[in-house]
Amino acid sequence: MNQQELQALRTLIAAHKRKDFLFGILGIFALMIGVLTFLSLFANMAIEGLGRIDADFLTSFPSRRAANAGILSAWVGSTLVMLVTAFAAVPIGVASGIYLEEYAPKNWMTDIIEINISNLAGVPSIIYGLLALGLFVYTFGLGQSILSAGLTLALLILPVVIVATREAIRSIPQIIREGAYACGATTWQVVRDHIVPYSSAGILTGIIIGMARAIGETAPIITIGALTFIAFLPPAPFAGDPPAGMFDWLFAPFTVMPIQMFNWTSRPEAAFATNAAAAGFILVLMTLAMNGLAIWLRYRLRKNINW
Amino acid sequence: MKSAKIAALVSLALAGIAASSSSFADTLVKVDGSSTVYPITEAVAEEFQKAKKNAIKVTVGISGTGGGFKKFCRGETDISNASRPILKKEIDDCKAAGIEYLELPVAYDALTVVINPKNDWIKALTVAELKAMWEPGAQGKVTSWKQVNAAWPDRPLKLFGPGADSGTFDYFTEAVNGKSKSSRGDFTASEDDNVLVQGVARDVGGLGFFGFAYYEENRDKLKSVPIIAAEGKPAVSPSIKTVIDGTYQPLARPIFIYVNAKSADKPEVKEFVEFYMKNAEALTKEVKYVPLPSKAYTYNVDHFNKRLKGTKFGGENKVGTTIEELMKLEAK
Repeated sequence: MNQQELQALRTLIAAHKRKDFLFGILGIFALMIGVLTFLSLFANMAIEGLGRIDADFLTSFPSRRAANAGILSAWVGSTLVMLVTAFAAVPIGVASGIYLEEYAPKNWMTDIIEINISNLAGVPSIIYGLLALGLFVYTFGLGQSILSAGLTLALLILPVVIVATREAIRSIPQIIREGAYACGATTWQVVRDHIVPYSSAGILTGIIIGMARAIGETAPIITIGALTFIAFLPPAPFAGDPPAGMFDWLFAPFTVMPIQMFNWTSRPEAAFATNAAAAGFILVLMTLAMNGLAIWLRYRLRKNINW
Repeated sequence: MKSAKIAALVSLALAGIAASSSSFADTLVKVDGSSTVYPITEAVAEEFQKAKKNAIKVTVGISGTGGGFKKFCRGETDISNASRPILKKEIDDCKAAGIEYLELPVAYDALTVVINPKNDWIKALTVAELKAMWEPGAQGKVTSWKQVNAAWPDRPLKLFGPGADSGTFDYFTEAVNGKSKSSRGDFTASEDDNVLVQGVARDVGGLGFFGFAYYEENRDKLKSVPIIAAEGKPAVSPSIKTVIDGTYQPLARPIFIYVNAKSADKPEVKEFVEFYMKNAEALTKEVKYVPLPSKAYTYNVDHFNKRLKGTKFGGENKVGTTIEELMKLEAK
């Protein structure tokens, strides 16, 4: 290779490296659009609302006086609704994902189901609210309750959970299944002993992404009739007289964080905007806490996988 | 270690829920409906629950006057907030479902027409001029102030108003255009009055309307327009005084609660309504609405206890009812 060719090659490499570098910059720029938008909104809320957050704010009911108003009924409502959502969406979503990956035959039926699930993920949330209003609230007679809201949001995040479950399962190497089947395991044994444990980290991530979306949803919850002014809490879960009293909380009227914020931003007094910012800050913290929990659980679960 | 901490936090949260919730019997009063009446009912509900030490629970929702009546006529709520009288269709719905009701006016609101503080060409507006701006025929045609009155500058006319589901919109269109819900469609509509406040505050050629309370809180950003009811009448600014003496016309309107007659026999609903009437005067003022005269609230309690059912407005959105006239009306 003569000197000239070597020079040409070096120039080519340098040009490619420059492009590589430029793409890196572009990538960081794209990332920053999202991150900085979120950070500036978050900082804005923090600056406006942080001074308002104290123990009283968390333990007070809404009030017509901005300074006395708190988010007790809202955060308790959000927490309980999320509890119902998790209890409904996780078993159904994970089971559906496992079925589609491990059991479902490859035929047109399965194809239709798959297309439907992908489409459902794109349906606007208000549609779920309308469906739930007709189905849960009126047809099933569950009323405008925590149970209806939890089930509505569960429907909303089901596609997310199913898709995440399937992706997590697909990332398990085929040889693990083949090894187990070779030893004479049934599909159920493979699922129970290998598929679910190995994919649980990924599944968990999907569940949390879904839950994080659900906690901020307002439209479907307003549609099924969450209320704006509630100055009392639902009965404590599982604390009433068993068996019937334990589930009183499911049928209680409720409000949630986004609705409380929405109400405060539409008030004439400026002081309520501060309350809304403070509530928004706490809502973001709730979401971050859920994400943190997921990361921690994922870390713990991954430690136990030895391949 | 970590899991112990999380378990401790979770149990703390659950304990908090358990501690603050008492028995959840059926001592619940359900209120829903207009966002205009909401601040008053909310204030009453807050004070009522304090006074009863939370033995009686009250929920207040915001579905708009129309949405509230839908729920009310299905028997889902005990009380409906309404920023206009019940309409013919709603009366029929209630009748079909066997729901009877008691109509109680609770306060007055002054629909306030606002403009940008930099707008120096408007000193007052006649109802006819408002009509020229808002009537359905103006859609796409009347886009400049000059087109309404040749003496005004050729500036773009930007209109802001509440959405079509609101009782406020119903009342304004009835009062100005002569027919409820009949209006041009090309204006910025929002259910959130703060959006309207921002819109007019940012646009020199802006004009909007909403309840008096929003104007009160935003006096530094907006200017209210005195209204001339008819040719030869004086220009009157919205205020508590002009509403009470009946001179602010036709945009002063009574606002109501409707009580389900069956619910009225429940002790918790009865107590709530009586508490409402006893405290409405003070609380109404506090949330920047115009209270009725004291005797009107006494009259309401009497009306309620005699269970005088039905509406006094005959299913029409009657415009320009003064407080005096309101009290003289007989149920039809």
